[in-house]
Amino acid sequence: MYTEAVMDHFFNPRNAGELVNADGVGEAGNPVCGDIMRIYLKIEDDKIVDIKFKTFGCGAAIATSSILTELVKGKSIAEAEKITNKAVAEALGGLPPQKMHCSNLAADAFHKALAAYRKNRHKSAPAVPAFG
Amino acid sequence: MARIYLDHAATTPVDPRVVKAMIPYLTGNFGNPSSIYQEGRAAKKAVEESREKVAEILGAADAREIIFTGSGSEANNLAIAEVAWAYRKRGNHIITSAIEHHAVLETCKALEKHGFTVTYLPVDEYGLVAPEAVREAITDRTILVSLMYANNEVGTIQPIVEISKTLQEKRVLFHTDAVQTVGSIPLHLKELGVDLLSLSAHKFYGPKGTGALYVKKGTRLHRLIHGGAQERRLRAGTENVAGIVGMAKALELAVAGLEETVPRLVELRDYFISQLVSRIDHVKLNGHPTRRLPGNINVSFEFVEGESILLNLDRKGVAASSGSACTSGSLDPSHVLLAMGLSHETAHGSLRLTLGKENTKEQLDYVLGILEETITRLREISPLYLGQTAERRI
Ligand SMILES: Cc1ncc(COP(=O)(O)O)c(C=O)c1O
Ligand code: FES
Repeated sequence: MYTEAVMDHFFNPRNAGELVNADGVGEAGNPVCGDIMRIYLKIEDDKIVDIKFKTFGCGAAIATSSILTELVKGKSIAEAEKITNKAVAEALGGLPPQKMHCSNLAADAFHKALAAYRKNRHKSAPAVPAFG
Repeated sequence: MARIYLDHAATTPVDPRVVKAMIPYLTGNFGNPSSIYQEGRAAKKAVEESREKVAEILGAADAREIIFTGSGSEANNLAIAEVAWAYRKRGNHIITSAIEHHAVLETCKALEKHGFTVTYLPVDEYGLVAPEAVREAITDRTILVSLMYANNEVGTIQPIVEISKTLQEKRVLFHTDAVQTVGSIPLHLKELGVDLLSLSAHKFYGPKGTGALYVKKGTRLHRLIHGGAQERRLRAGTENVAGIVGMAKALELAVAGLEETVPRLVELRDYFISQLVSRIDHVKLNGHPTRRLPGNINVSFEFVEGESILLNLDRKGVAASSGSACTSGSLDPSHVLLAMGLSHETAHGSLRLTLGKENTKEQLDYVLGILEETITRLREISPLYLGQTAERRI
């Protein structure tokens, strides 16, 4: 039922793991089946220099997490932000209809991680110049 | 490495001796049992001899109490819907349980649309129905109680004899779905005290698409399939002669082998469960520790999801199944596990391995290794797992 690309990413997930000093972490849960995905980002000069994921879910959920990290790694935020659920599913050569919702997880978690990064940056930017 | 099949609750391979018994009825003896010439008579004889054999092995009083059907699902439909309609004047209430097979649950749901009311009894954490609860659910409108003998997912064996005793002086019929039980553990109709019992050949090394319903003499049923006069007019259609012959042969072989297979599978099952629990942390056995089918293993691994376990096992040559929402077309977790009080997440990480007569200890040792590897790998990428001693974070 899965394409070869899905199986490949499922059995050999790329960028699986955590980033200890992540600049942004995003988590998405799947209301349909209860699965959870977490994305960790390392960002330098508005570029995604590193990305890792952790996923509790089915084969499609793990494969979509994996391919998402490949699709956005090394890209500028502006470019990476354009990623959609559809693009993730297409990059895997398609998903079975009942598994389309799994691809939402990856893109959602990624967008949440970006939002968290922006919030963090905002907070850590000094409110008043350090040496007034 | 050869494939290791651990999904015998789903279906079993046909025993070569069964195939051998069936072949003459697919080739030379192809007659229609309703025809009066020699070929027809030979086919008729084969069907009736099979009926006698099935009746005798199950302990029925009369061969006419066995109705051949096209599947276990059909036997359940016949037993529930056609009894319900036949006794409609007496009442409209049916009692069943929350953990039945869909062939029972969906039949009940369909009847609810036609003015019947159905009580779905709860089960305890082991999947057991309380006999008192059955008795208490009975009203003066109750016509039928339908409870499965053994559950297909967790293997829990219901106290059918006890339940049938509590029903004795009640004016209700008692059906049991014994599709997982017949051929797996010893069973005798005289001791069971049920009025109707369903079985299916492909669960005991017989062909798919052949089932039977035992109907105790005196029980009324409406017709399920209209047409010719086959199967006491309850189920029209030219008989599946080879399938029927195959079912009788498979039943004979399965029951003759029980003395050897039951203790062997119980030992393998318990060995596997104890090894698994000692080698992998955060594993839970689903179902009853002892009141379970000899070949049934059903466990939940926390922090991982069932489909991803199955895909890994399949790649390593192992066939199994899971109650995870992600493996069901409907994306609902197993109704059986939920009825037993398991959380969504625990149902998510469930794995069912059902052993059969051809499985060996060597195979199970191999599977234990694969599982250890798979679970470790999947937990490494699970956001819920924080290591051996950690508690879940979400
Ligand atoms: C408990 C139970 N009842 C009924 C059935 C249906 O049997 P069949 O596949 O022959 O329709 C099954 C098997 O799928 C079962 O496990
Ligand atoms: S994450 Fe549950 S079906 Fe894919």
